Amino acid sequence: MSEDAVTEKDVRHVASLARVALADDEVDRFTTQFEEILDAFETLEEVPSVDRSAELTNVLRPDEKRDSLSPEEALENAPETEEGRFKGPNVS
Amino acid sequence: MSDAFITETELDGAEDGVLAGKTIAIKDNISTEGVRTTCGSAMLEDYVPPYDATVVERVHEAGATIVGKANMDEFGMGTTTETSFVGPTDNPAAPGHVPGGSSGGSAAAVAAGDADLALGSDTGGSIRCPAAFCGVVGIKPTYGLVSRYGLIAYANSLEQIGPLAPTVSEAASLLDVIAGPDDRDATTRADPGEGSYADAADGSVDGMTIGVPTQLVEGADKGVREAFESAIESLEAQGATTTEVDLPSVEQAVEAYYVIAMSEASSNLARYDGVRYGHKSDADGNWNESFAQTRSEGFGEEVKRRILLGTYALSAGYHDKYYAKAQQARDWIKQDFDRVLAEVDVLASPTMPVPPFELGESLDDPLALYLADANTVPVNLADLPAISVPAGETDGLPVGLQLVGPAFGERTIISAASALE
Repeated sequence: MSEDAVTEKDVRHVASLARVALADDEVDRFTTQFEEILDAFETLEEVPSVDRSAELTNVLRPDEKRDSLSPEEALENAPETEEGRFKGPNVS
Repeated sequence: MSDAFITETELDGAEDGVLAGKTIAIKDNISTEGVRTTCGSAMLEDYVPPYDATVVERVHEAGATIVGKANMDEFGMGTTTETSFVGPTDNPAAPGHVPGGSSGGSAAAVAAGDADLALGSDTGGSIRCPAAFCGVVGIKPTYGLVSRYGLIAYANSLEQIGPLAPTVSEAASLLDVIAGPDDRDATTRADPGEGSYADAADGSVDGMTIGVPTQLVEGADKGVREAFESAIESLEAQGATTTEVDLPSVEQAVEAYYVIAMSEASSNLARYDGVRYGHKSDADGNWNESFAQTRSEGFGEEVKRRILLGTYALSAGYHDKYYAKAQQARDWIKQDFDRVLAEVDVLASPTMPVPPFELGESLDDPLALYLADANTVPVNLADLPAISVPAGETDGLPVGLQLVGPAFGERTIISAASALE
């Protein structure tokens, strides 16, 4: 068993970090399921220490101007726009 | 309309090319300019990409006609294609059963003859599982062989686009078309090796050494094991040598896969806020309340589950316990595969430890469903290529055999797989 049981408060906390509003019945279900799933993840503690695999190499390209979407194309899928810009909700 | 598709289309390709006259289904998380691309999610129900994915450009130039955008589990998160916002797809090879997932529509379209070929994507088995369940061939390429430009991300360090087809040689021909470097995806390999994949489908397994990892066979359903063992006997009769190999690292692969995939998903899906594209809630409220409501309405339950668990695994106090440990497991798995693949040419196992589930049977218990991915997820964690090829039936339900090769060893697994046809 996991040392700290998952509580409804934990589920509401991560949902708030992830900006996902949950209904009460979803919180109930997720609390039970997360307990079981995180308990399974505990088996990762048995993984031995190994050398890190080969270092990865960064792939860089010259920083040159290239074609991109036009403003009209970029705005085509936006639910709301104003004067050629995306329109989001009020910040506060 | 066939239930394999979310959207039907008829987009003709170039007049000549190696795929001229062929029809193809494209999984609905691969961007098609001017044709809506939903990822199986209400979040993207009306999203119409302003550009084509690189693989879509390439199949067009090769002459294929795109006949539809194929159904899939929402954002690729599932093993049954039942989490799609449009509902499930039936399995043409086993009616009343799921087609597997998440590329279930792609496999079903090929199995039903609605398309000659299909493209899917494979993050933890999402090409190989539906190929096995629908009795068709599916290839998960080595990480970096095929461009992901235009593939809508779920867990980008794990996923590759790959082909599904009725035969190994047709799947290999499609791989020839889509493989190769792309300056719009910096993770593509500049030099993935010479030679055609289609030519590798020569039906020859003579002299090849096939390793069978005991850990990937002993947990399988009895009927699946019997079909797998008789396929192995057929390869031996054609001149292959088989040997049991030990891969202890795969015991924690499912857990490592889900921690990494969910963590990447929590980051990749943060972009859906209803401002630039996608569903937007009508609810009032400030910035945070509005985003939370938009995401609550747009995402289905499995997607929410993975975003929340990924957020949890990356959050302060838990990062080292879950995410860092999962990366350590990934390193171990890579090294374990490298070790055994230095001794044998390919590895063989059942693709799925179980035959296709009945529709609606498995949705209630997420953990049980995650464990069904035991044989496919290690390959994504190790960045290796794998193919699923039909290997008979159990009680009338298709069984798939998976062959895993060394990095960029697609030609070897294609050659061995073609010996089973």
